[in-house]
Parts: sequence; structure tokens; C-alpha cells
Amino acid sequence: MNAVLLASPEVRGFGADPWWLVLGKAVVIFVFLVLMTLFTILAERRVVARMQHRIGPNRVGPFGLLQSLADGIKLALKEDIIPKAAHKAVFVLAPILSTAPAFMAFAVIPFGPEVSVFGERTHLQLTDLPVAVLYILAVASVGIYGIVLAGWSSGSTYPLLGSLRSTAQLISYEVAMGLSFVGVFLYAGSMSTSEIVAAQGDYWYAVLLFPSFAIYVISMVGETNRAPFDLAEAEGELVGGFHTEYSSLKFALFFLAEYVNMVTVSALATTLFLGGWRAPWPLSLWEGANQDWWPVLWFTAKVLLFLFVFIWLRGTLPRLRYDQFMKLGWKVLIPVAIGWLLMVATVRALNTEYDFDARQVLIYGGIAAAVLIGLTFVWDFVAARSRNAEPPEVTAEWDPMAGGHPVPPLPGQQRPQLTVAGTTAGSTTQTEDHP
Amino acid sequence: MNSYVPILVLGALSLGFAVFSIAAGHLTGPRRFNRAKLDAYECGIEPTPQPVGGGRFPVKYYLTAMLFIIFDIEIVFLYPWAVSFDALGMFGLVEMGLFILTLLVVYAYVWRRGGLEWD
Repeated sequence: MNAVLLASPEVRGFGADPWWLVLGKAVVIFVFLVLMTLFTILAERRVVARMQHRIGPNRVGPFGLLQSLADGIKLALKEDIIPKAAHKAVFVLAPILSTAPAFMAFAVIPFGPEVSVFGERTHLQLTDLPVAVLYILAVASVGIYGIVLAGWSSGSTYPLLGSLRSTAQLISYEVAMGLSFVGVFLYAGSMSTSEIVAAQGDYWYAVLLFPSFAIYVISMVGETNRAPFDLAEAEGELVGGFHTEYSSLKFALFFLAEYVNMVTVSALATTLFLGGWRAPWPLSLWEGANQDWWPVLWFTAKVLLFLFVFIWLRGTLPRLRYDQFMKLGWKVLIPVAIGWLLMVATVRALNTEYDFDARQVLIYGGIAAAVLIGLTFVWDFVAARSRNAEPPEVTAEWDPMAGGHPVPPLPGQQRPQLTVAGTTAGSTTQTEDHP
Repeated sequence: MNSYVPILVLGALSLGFAVFSIAAGHLTGPRRFNRAKLDAYECGIEPTPQPVGGGRFPVKYYLTAMLFIIFDIEIVFLYPWAVSFDALGMFGLVEMGLFILTLLVVYAYVWRRGGLEWD
């Protein structure tokens, strides 16, 4: 089966659609992504607002549904500035380079099984390749060029630094992301998205390969430059990051690309780990759940679930420091991913060579690994608590220029006696708890 | 090659949208000249003059890029191996184990020499 797959350039059942169907599917995917973007921007603002005890935008249209559209129109009516120091051609090219690949990555995502459209049997998927997931990674990498070139061509300090950070971040987390896919390919025996979904009939890979799933979810947040990993646009340090100099619809394109990328990584997570368009458990008992057009609903629901997690993270976690962020990527995610990969491969080899069903090993091993990793966080937290519980060392002597900077007296420290000519300053001496 | 054509259709669609948006933004927006507006943005102060060729940035970024290439090539080897894992059997597992071990030596070396620190 595998040898046949590698030899044939096409996945069975794909590449035979009539032209009008291809065009129709492409338009539907495009519209789907734009609508998802508009909706996600609004949902993010509303949900984060609720998390912060605010109401959020609710004036434009019913429930504020047209807010994002209004913002887009407003951006279109703003002046399109190209700074004097910018490299004009590259400056204009960068948003295009960042938007187009974001949309293109969605071409291989399966929305559902085979259905009939106007009498034509077809898969609810624009196309599928034997190397579909590799194709997504490749296209996503082209999108990084948009960010690099945007920062470089702006001819300004903040965008340059922002784009460098962003690039280093994307490539660091791409390694962990790439490693997390290997387990899936190993079990599915294919890189084609439709076959990976087909292989998840009895076990979703989120269950079977839980650590892979966890690594993917963490690195997908890093890959999309979202909080708590949005260091590329840390306002306090870098203004707006790589798109500081962009205005009008060019800025809107970067915004669009970011949200489309969010939808894409969510859809990829759904496809590779959550069974794609397959109905979740209680619903899957109903036989019709995985037929006809119903799977589109399950697929969209799972994608929305991931998008909600993105918003939830943003509403909950503070931004990491850059060195902590790189440390997490290179010193935690990559070694854990490699170790897990070796374990999966060993279990799988035992499975096929000695006919010993070891899937339970993976499931329980994965749960154990997750609990262990969770415990390290708890341990970190407890250690930090006990560290903070000890009162900081306070010397009774107050050094007003400790470390070369003027510092106020700490609680318990005394101001030195000031001796003014003729009097003593005894009356002003007091502890400085509440000045 | 037929299964690659739909990708080009979607690509053309999104490319067209992006180009159209930029052209539209150029036409719909007002244009009011102001010298300060065309300067690089630095929170309101006079912008620092940029050196020709983009200026300098920390060498750590080069190091990260090189490490990325090493691990990305590892991944490129891992994918076809994973897809045909069942056909390779125990032999494939041992071979890849040795390859990953070699890489782990490199990884340990980089870690030990502080290549993964970011200060």
C-alpha cells in the first residue's frame, strides 16, 4: 500500500474534478476563510471583553456582527503611507507574500467525505496530495518571507527588530511542530490529509499520541505569533513589530494573514489530531453523522474550539520574556518531541514485528508524560512560592545609590540622619512604610 | 499533476485579492502630504538615521537560523521514514535511532556550549 502510494503522483479519488467544481470549491474556501477571519476578530474582541468584565463592540449590526467589516472599510479609507526610507517594491510586495500563502495552505484541508454536488461525486476538499502536510509546511514557510521582508524594507528600527524576532520565533517553533507530525505520519502511513482522517476511524491521534498533540498545540500558538507568544509585537518594546510602518489596506492584509493562519493551524490540528471531519463520540453513534454534509459542521465546530482556545490564552496569560520563550522551544519542546518520537517508533515496530498490540502503552505513556510535565509546572510554581515567601534581605543601612541607581528606602530601612547646619534632622527620621 | 491545479486556482484567487486590495487602498485613501508622516516611526522623536543596508542586529539570529536548518533537515529525513515505517520494520527503527543519536550529540554540544541561551 505504501509503496503504491509513494509511486503514484496522486491520491486516489482526487484530481478528477471538472473545472467549474474546482473553481467553486476554491471560491468557497476563500469566502470561508474571509468570513472566519471577520468572525474571529469580532469573537476575540467580545470574548476577551467578557473575560475582562467589559462588554466589547456591540453597536455595528446585530450583536456587533458587522464590526470587523466596518473596521475594514475604515482602513480602506485611510491614507496609504510608504515611508521615505522604505524600499518601495519590497514594501508593497511583503503584504502580498504574507497573505497569498496563508490562503493557499487551506487547499488540502478536508472539510468532509465524498458528497454529490449537482450530480457530481466529489470530496469536500479542494485537492489532496501524497505530501499534503509537507505542502502546508512549505507554504507556511513562504509566508515567513512576507514578515522578514516587511520588517527589512520598512527602513525603520522597530520593524526590523520585530521581524527578526518574529522570524527566529517562527523557525524555532517550526522544528517542534514538524517533529510532532512524525508520530501521526508513522501511524497513518501517509502524509495525505484525507488518508490521515481515514486512519483515525477508531482512535483520534489526540488520544493515541497525546504528547504530539500537546507539542503541536503549544507550537501552533508560537507559529501564529499569538499571545502569550506574541513577542514580535510587544507594544512596550517594539511598538507594533514588523508592521509598524504599514497603514491602510496593507496593514489590513497582514491582519487578515494572521487570522487566516490561525484558522489554518486550527484546521490542521483538527485534521491531524482530532479526527478531522469525523463526528465526536456521542454523535458518532448516529450512523448518518459521518455522511453527506454533516461532517462540515463537526469540522467547523472543532476549528472554532481551537480558535476559542487561542482567544482564551490571550485573555489569560501574560506575554513571555524572549529568552524564556526561546528556552521553552529549544530546551523543552524539541527534546520532548524527539524522545516521544523514539518511543512511538519503538512501540509501532514492536506492534508490527512481533504482533503485540501496544497502543495502550502509548495512551497510558502519553497520559503519564503529560502528568509528569504538568507536575514540573506545579513544582516550579511551588518552588517560586517558597522562594518568594522568604522575605528579601534588607539591611538596616539604606544605600541611596545602590547599584548606581537612586532607590527609595525599603520597609524597615532608616533614612540616614541628615545634618543641616545648626540643627539636627531628628524630627524627620521615621520609617518609610507609607510616606 | 491534475491534483496540483486546484492549488494554483486558489493561489491565483488569493493573489488577485491581495493585489486588488493594495491597489484599492491606494485609490480609496486620501493623500495629504506631510514630511513628518514619511519619516520612520519612532514614537514621536526624530528618527535615528538608518545605516545603508539595514544596519546591524544580534548574531544570535544567525545561530538560531543555522540550528533551525540542522533540525529541519532532520525532519525532512524523518517524514519519508515515518510514512514507510511499516515497510522498513526493525531495520528502519535502528537506522533512524542511530541517526537521531548522532543529532542528539550535536544538540548536547550546542546546549553545553551555550548556543541555546538567549541573553
